[in-house]
Amino acid sequence: MSALGKILPWIVLAILLAVAPYIFTSGTSHTMLSIMALSIIFALSYNMLLGQTGLLSFGHAVYYGLGGFVAIHAMNTIIRNKYAVPLPVIPLIGGAAGLLFGIVFGSVSTRRAGTVFSMISLGLGELVASSALILRTFFGGEEGITTNRSRLAPFFGYKFGPQIEVYYLIACWCFVCILLMYAITRTPFGRMCNAVRENPERAEFVGYSARMVRFIAFSLAGLFAGIAGALAALNFEIMNTQSIGAVQSGLVLLMTFVGGAGVFFGPIIGAILITFLQITLSDVTGAWQLYFGLLFILVVMYSPGGIAGWLALHEPLYRGGQLGRLVPAYAINAVPLIIMIAGGILLIELAFWALVKSEGEGPEMSIFHISMNTSSFWHWLVAVVLFLGGAFALRATWPRVQDAWGSAVARLREQPA
Amino acid sequence: MTVLSLQNVTKSFGQMEIIRGVTLDVPQGERHAVIGPNGAGKSTLFNLISGRFPISSGSIRLEDREISGLQPYEINRRGLSRSFQVTNIFPRLSVYENIRCAVLWSLGYKYSFWRGVNGLVDARERSEDIMERIGLASRRRDQAGVLTYAEQRALEIGITIAGGARVILLDEPMAGMSRSETENAVALVRKVTEGKTLLMVEHDMGVVFGIADRISVLVYGKIIASDTPQRIRENAAVKEAYLGEAAH
Repeated sequence: MSALGKILPWIVLAILLAVAPYIFTSGTSHTMLSIMALSIIFALSYNMLLGQTGLLSFGHAVYYGLGGFVAIHAMNTIIRNKYAVPLPVIPLIGGAAGLLFGIVFGSVSTRRAGTVFSMISLGLGELVASSALILRTFFGGEEGITTNRSRLAPFFGYKFGPQIEVYYLIACWCFVCILLMYAITRTPFGRMCNAVRENPERAEFVGYSARMVRFIAFSLAGLFAGIAGALAALNFEIMNTQSIGAVQSGLVLLMTFVGGAGVFFGPIIGAILITFLQITLSDVTGAWQLYFGLLFILVVMYSPGGIAGWLALHEPLYRGGQLGRLVPAYAINAVPLIIMIAGGILLIELAFWALVKSEGEGPEMSIFHISMNTSSFWHWLVAVVLFLGGAFALRATWPRVQDAWGSAVARLREQPA
Repeated sequence: MTVLSLQNVTKSFGQMEIIRGVTLDVPQGERHAVIGPNGAGKSTLFNLISGRFPISSGSIRLEDREISGLQPYEINRRGLSRSFQVTNIFPRLSVYENIRCAVLWSLGYKYSFWRGVNGLVDARERSEDIMERIGLASRRRDQAGVLTYAEQRALEIGITIAGGARVILLDEPMAGMSRSETENAVALVRKVTEGKTLLMVEHDMGVVFGIADRISVLVYGKIIASDTPQRIRENAAVKEAYLGEAAH
C-alpha cells in the first residue's frame, strides 16, 4: 500500500471528527457526539481483549468507572488547591488509574483464558460494584461525585464551559487513542495477541508466555478504558456507581459485538450506533432495552462478525468489481425486511403500551405519528400481518441474495489473480 | 558432546506409570529417532522434554542445564523447539504471520508494543527464508487453516524451526501422509535440520531408517534398545517387541 493509502484513513477520520459538530449543530447533538467519541475509546479498549486476544470480559466497566472516579477526585483536588493543571491533562490521570487497576486485577484474572477468565472478570466486576456502594466517601453513594470542569486552570484561554469545547477535547483524545490502539495491533506484541487468541498453547512453544501476553493486553485495555472513563467524568461532570457496574460492562460488550470484534474499526461503528440508539431510542420508546436485546440476538444469530464483519465480507467483491451484482438482490430483499421490521415494531409497541401504559393513560397511543389503539383487534391484526407477511416474503426473496453471491464469487474466481 | 540428556525420567498419571525410567543421551548434531508400539509413551516423552507436562521424577538437561520444571516458553527460549503430532498452528492467521510469530522471540522482540512489526527487516527476511525452505512462499497470504494437510504439516515444521532452535523435536512429522508426500517431507526434514540436533518420533520404518543416525526403541515406558539403525534391525528383543509386531 502506498504511503498516502496508509495516511488517508487517518486524515478522513480527523476531518470527520472536526466537522461533525458543524453538521449536527444542536446542543443535544454536541452532547451525543461527545459521548460517541468517548464510547469509541471504551469499545476499542474492550476489543483489545475480545477481538485481539480472545478474552471475553464481563467486567470491563470497572476500569472505565475507576478511571472516571479517580479523574473526578483529581479534578476536585486540583480545584480545591488551585493547582495549575488544565482539563486536557485529566484523561492521563484516569488512564493511569485504569492501568494501575488493570495491572492489579489483571495479575489475578489473566492466569487462565476462556471461561475461567470470563467468570473471574464477572466476579471482580461485582466485587468492585458492590464495594462502590459501601465506600461512600470515594464513590459518593447514590448521588455520586460531582465536579465543575470550568473551574480548572484555563488551557490557552479555553475554560471548557461550552459543550462544543469539551467535544473537541474528547475528539482529540479519541483520535490519539484510536491511532495508538491501531498502532499496538501492528507491533510484535499485537501480533502475539492474535496468536494467543488463535492457539495459546502453540504460542508457548514459540517462546511466548500466553499469560504474559494476556496480562499486558489486559493492562493496556485498562489504560484506555480509564482514559474513556476520565473523559466521561469531565463530560458529564458527575460519576456514579452505575458507570462501574454490570450494565455498563454489558453495554461495551454490546457495542463491540454489534460493531464487529473481528475487524479493528468494528467497535467504532458499534459505539456510534449504540450511543445513538441509547440516546434517541430512550426518548421515543419505553421498550428501548428490549430493542437492544433483540439487536444483540439478531447479530449473534445472523451476522456473528457484527456490522464490520458483514461489510468486510464484501471487500473482495468490491476489489473485484463485482459488488454491483448484489445491489438488485439487496434492494428486493430490503422491501420485505422493512415491512417485517415495521410490523415487529408495531407489535412491540402495542404490547408495551397494553402491558405497561394503558392502565394509566388509556388505550390510545401513537407510533410514527400514527394513532393506534391497543383495544382494537384490527390494529393488532395489521401489526401481525405486516410482521408475518414481511417474514414470509423475505423467505421467498432471500434465495436471490444467495444466487447473487454465488454468481459474484464465481465471476471473481474466473478473474486472473 | 551431549546436548540433550534424560536421566531416569518417570511420569505417572494417577496410578498409571506411563514413562518408567527413561535414560537417553543425544549428542550434538545427531538425528535420533524414537520408535515403539502404540501406547509406548513416545508422545508423552516429548511432552515431558518440551515442558508440556511436568515429570514425576528424574532429570532432563539441555546443554548441561536442568530444564525439567520449566514452562514450555522457557524451554523454547533455551533453544529447544518441538512440533506436534496433531497439527498445531494458528489457523486464522496467514502463513506469513504464522512463521513470523515463531521468529519474533528469538530475534529479541519479546512483548514490545512500541515498535511496528512490519518494519522489522530481520523478522521479515527470516520469515521469507523459512517459507522458501518449507515450500510455502507462494501461499504466504493464505490463511493457514485453508492449506492442504501436507502443507499444514510443512507449516508445522516451519513454525518449529523458525526460531532457530538448536534442538528440534518432531512428533510424527509424516503422520497421515501419502507415499509421495512422505518422500517430500523426508527431504524437507533432512534439509531444515541440517547442523541441528534432531529427536523424532515416527511410525514409518522406511522414514526412520532413512533419516536416523541412531534409534531408541521405547516399549511400555522404557527404552529397551538404543543403537544404530543396522543394529536395531538385528536386535532380537526389538524384533520381538516391535518390528515383528509391525510385520503382521
